[in-house]
Amino acid sequence: MSTIVLAERLARNPWLQPHRIGLLAVAAALVASAALFMRWDWIPNYYDLALAGIWRTIWILVVTCALGMMLAIPLGLAQAAGPWWLAMPANAFCTVIRGTPLLLQLWLLYYGLGSLFPQFPAIRNSELWPYLRQAWPYAVLALTMSFAAYEGEVMRGAFAGVPKGQLEAARAFGMRRSTVFRRIWLPQAIQRALPTLAGETVLQLKATPLVATITVVDIYSVASRVRQDTFIVYEPLLLLALIYLLITGVIIFLFRRLEARIPSRLG
Amino acid sequence: MPLMQVSTYELLAFEPPGWGGNLLRGLLNSVIIALGAYGFGLLIGIGGAYGKLYGGPILRDLLEVYTTIVRAVPELVLILILYFAGTDLINRLLEALGYARIDINGLVAGIWVLAVVQGAYSTEVLRGAILSIPQGQIEAARAYGMPPGLLLRRVTLPAMLPFAIPGLANLWLIATKDTALLAIVGFNELTQETRTAAGSTKAYFTFFMAAGVLYLALSLFSNVLIARIERWSRRGMPSVSGGPG
Repeated sequence: MSTIVLAERLARNPWLQPHRIGLLAVAAALVASAALFMRWDWIPNYYDLALAGIWRTIWILVVTCALGMMLAIPLGLAQAAGPWWLAMPANAFCTVIRGTPLLLQLWLLYYGLGSLFPQFPAIRNSELWPYLRQAWPYAVLALTMSFAAYEGEVMRGAFAGVPKGQLEAARAFGMRRSTVFRRIWLPQAIQRALPTLAGETVLQLKATPLVATITVVDIYSVASRVRQDTFIVYEPLLLLALIYLLITGVIIFLFRRLEARIPSRLG
Repeated sequence: MPLMQVSTYELLAFEPPGWGGNLLRGLLNSVIIALGAYGFGLLIGIGGAYGKLYGGPILRDLLEVYTTIVRAVPELVLILILYFAGTDLINRLLEALGYARIDINGLVAGIWVLAVVQGAYSTEVLRGAILSIPQGQIEAARAYGMPPGLLLRRVTLPAMLPFAIPGLANLWLIATKDTALLAIVGFNELTQETRTAAGSTKAYFTFFMAAGVLYLALSLFSNVLIARIERWSRRGMPSVSGGPG
């Protein structure tokens, strides 16, 4: 490759425009001064706890997104094509969950249900009681319902947006209704919902630190503990923000890969 | 309910043995913070959208960094960082100038912190809305020799409004719900008042349900208002519902 072509390529690289090189240098200087002048000596003491916290954050994110999506499909279908006695409760569920803060829902489930349950001996003696006394089932339930409600609204639009002719053609081929749903309706609806799914997943990630308020030990609560133990305020919070930025980057990257795999054609 | 001695009605009464008055005061605080944060967020958003569209390369890159970071980091973490950093910076500035340290008013801090978060989202909404205006309208206004301020007031803002309203409405609902996060830094808005009431009476379920109803009422009332504003902003435009595409 000749040097002229190489120089042209470098000039076209968006990262190597003159003002960006300057900004990158400023950013590098900021990071370097943060590394040199701020206190990071607490990191070795909390390394294991932080890794466990990151793992729990990701675990809660993946589980609640998967469960929420499974719940969102029937919720969206009921609103888009269901009879009124299915559409109305589904719509009410979405409205109520989307109309109240997640923090309040979380506290209602954990403190509210948690204070009601022990009054009933049947629940206290049941097999589920050891789980109901812990915090994470309430966290998973609240986050799942929240994701289901927001994504259910998206799926409603996606189901309604699939062209009627596609479904009629499938019926004309003699497909059963369940086959039409599995092969035609659902795949096209999910393809329509995919661009918003990445955004909803990032929003869900941003909702996970709320579980720290009901004693689930995620990465956010590890950072709070560092603050309480050592009275260091900024460093743990900045590192925490960086960790969330990285996880967001990974989510966006994965969804880009997924979208690239699904064939699409602009009409 | 088996163990509840006091009736729900007495718990939610407005007079002091009941906690209804506290909840309503909390709701009022929440609404004030949401209004303030939303208003300042809109101002930041208009500035940010203009900077992203018409600014120089450095300003554009800096705004991109701002919106990316705010949209990727949880609000809770941002609130803590901005809350600590903001109060700390102001106090250091005051000490450097020779004044005594002050306690920052929780209301002001809450509004400021949420406004920075809201600003990032409204920057993106308004940028998209400005791009949706038929650009000939803006060019025509420039050709008439309108100064930029007048152009913004007479052409850009009114013309982008119908495109921006769905996004802005969503942001308003997010703002009302994000005020609940200020309970974590101990500010007396609705969720925090509810927790106090529930903690001292042990009637957790009753109070959290009551607060949920208040938040839901606020959302539904906002929805009605938003629908009216949307109809008003689309006056004189052809109806989009039922049309092709």
